[in-house]
Amino acid sequence: MPLIDVAGLERTFVVRRRAGFMRRSKSVVRAVQDLTFSIEAGEMVGYIGPNGAGKSTTIKMLTGILVPTSGELRVAGLEPSRQRTDLARRIGVVFGQRTTLWWDLPLRDSFELLQKIYRVPDQRFRENLDRFVELLDLGDQLDTPVRQLSLGQRMRGDITAALLHDPEILYLDEPTIGLDVVSKGRLREFLRALNAERGTTLLLTTHDLQDIEALCDRVIVIDHGTSVYDGTLAGLHAQGGSTRTLVVDLVDTGPPIDVPGAEVRKVEGPRQWLSFPADASAAPLVAAVASAYDVADLSIQEPDIEDVIRELYSHGA
Amino acid sequence: MADRLWRPVACYGDMVRLWIRAELSYPASFAMLVVGSMMINALDFVAIAIMFSSIDTLGGFGLREIALLYGATGVGIGVADTAIGSVERIGEFVRTGRLDQMLTKPVPLLVQVCSDRFTLRRLGRITQASVVLVWALPIVDWTPTRVLVAVVMLLSSSALFFGLFVLFSCVQFWTTDASEFANAFTYGGNTLTQYPLTVFPREVALALTFVLPIAFVNWYPCLYLLGRSDPNGLPDWLQFCSPLAAAAVITVALLVWRTGVRRYTSTGS
Ligand SMILES: Nc1ncnc2c1ncn2[C@@H]1O[C@H](COP(=O)(O)OP(=O)(O)OP(=O)(O)O)[C@@H](O)[C@H]1O
Ligand SMILES: [Mg+2]
Repeated sequence: MPLIDVAGLERTFVVRRRAGFMRRSKSVVRAVQDLTFSIEAGEMVGYIGPNGAGKSTTIKMLTGILVPTSGELRVAGLEPSRQRTDLARRIGVVFGQRTTLWWDLPLRDSFELLQKIYRVPDQRFRENLDRFVELLDLGDQLDTPVRQLSLGQRMRGDITAALLHDPEILYLDEPTIGLDVVSKGRLREFLRALNAERGTTLLLTTHDLQDIEALCDRVIVIDHGTSVYDGTLAGLHAQGGSTRTLVVDLVDTGPPIDVPGAEVRKVEGPRQWLSFPADASAAPLVAAVASAYDVADLSIQEPDIEDVIRELYSHGA
Repeated sequence: MADRLWRPVACYGDMVRLWIRAELSYPASFAMLVVGSMMINALDFVAIAIMFSSIDTLGGFGLREIALLYGATGVGIGVADTAIGSVERIGEFVRTGRLDQMLTKPVPLLVQVCSDRFTLRRLGRITQASVVLVWALPIVDWTPTRVLVAVVMLLSSSALFFGLFVLFSCVQFWTTDASEFANAFTYGGNTLTQYPLTVFPREVALALTFVLPIAFVNWYPCLYLLGRSDPNGLPDWLQFCSPLAAAAVITVALLVWRTGVRRYTSTGS
């Protein structure tokens, strides 16, 4: 049986909007609908989608924070919302936007509280703490109150906090938000090692596709609450990899370039983006553009994952 | 099973201990806050005492008898407030996403909410109410049954206010900025029952008996301690019902709490 098993999952919210003086109108938002996927132990899965797609809502259901409106949901054989406290021992959660640490307490005290909450044996607690503190380079911050930590330091504290009890599954909702390049790199390395050494299953949402490229073999793309792609990262490339982009810098701002075999995607002052089939040669296109317009510079962009995903989103497949 | 009951209590104890340790690491500010809280609370009863400089009885009760009524709910609300005062901050927990975090921890949510940022500062109220209560004690003609009724009354009073705090805080699951609403019932009810129910219209007395049953944990048992019958004519056996009232309130509170948690919708970000 898969470790995480989701079938036909749905979650709606009733939203009240102001509709004039002292009046409210109700509407229903379908945050997640007809969502189906399963994840095996030890996988590292990227869970991506545009703002408001339903990623956080899914994670909240997987952890038992939210009760699903309908559908099947099993995590480690448990039903999250009914067996929330049993499940809690086996999972770790990091919400990048929020902290689980106590604002006024030094990091060390927050960790100690968590030790009590999860009943981690002293020996194991010390081992884990020493190890994460070293790997995440937190040693100097242990006695600083959380409110005085920088965002990156706090995030590392949060990740340590989520792992002190050796969870089987780690959910990360935008863990790299606001981190600088070096911190991001270090965090990715840490997560990869965690998965390799302990077999921890990872479900990661992010808007930084480099996180996905660095960590996940598998991606699930969700849009409007339902999954629009589930497969390997390479497959995602292949799926939408059908176009390349020719970036043209004209000498002057002009109307959109009109040449056969390519279409204008975007115009920004004198710069224009033209997309053309990936399997077609660029040479005739470049020649056609150069002969008909005053070109200052040209470059070709290979399809990248962001474009592929943008494509997926806009089609809402 | 025993573990299921004992674990939350043990966990509550652990967390409270850590918060106390954190609080005591700034002894100066702690001392100031405690003294401040004690002074504010002390004034509370002083106001009633001053009233008695121009009258001898209020609704047929003397100052010491009123002190008894005052102490009974005062100690109860003080114990409940000290133990679980943080439950009032539920709306804040919802807004800041703290509640989401708590829901991912293997300890019952209520235990976490109640123990969060526990502070000894709240002891000011218990101290003051206890002083008033002790001062009132000589008015009672003590017998073994009366001692028993008094002890049960204080325990029930604490339990009942515990229930009321939880019950009215649940409103914040639905409207997150309603902490004042809870205060209207808990502290408001407490203030009313500091006076003999004979000074109020009969409807108020009945409401404090059958709707918001605070009278069960001070008025009725205190009548027994003073050897009096209810001036409103309600039966004497009500004087022994304080545990039942507390149990009823706690049951309702826990049911509403469960509903609130299951209907909790988190926040959009
Ligand atoms: N508590 C809530 N009450 C009402 N609507 C909600 C709530 N939580 C989420 N929604 C709505 O559900 C939809 C999905 O939200 P969700 O937070 O899951 O998106 P997301 O994929 O995590 O987006 P982002 O990338 O911006 O974090 C949105 O339209 C949002 O407005
Ligand atoms: Mg989100």
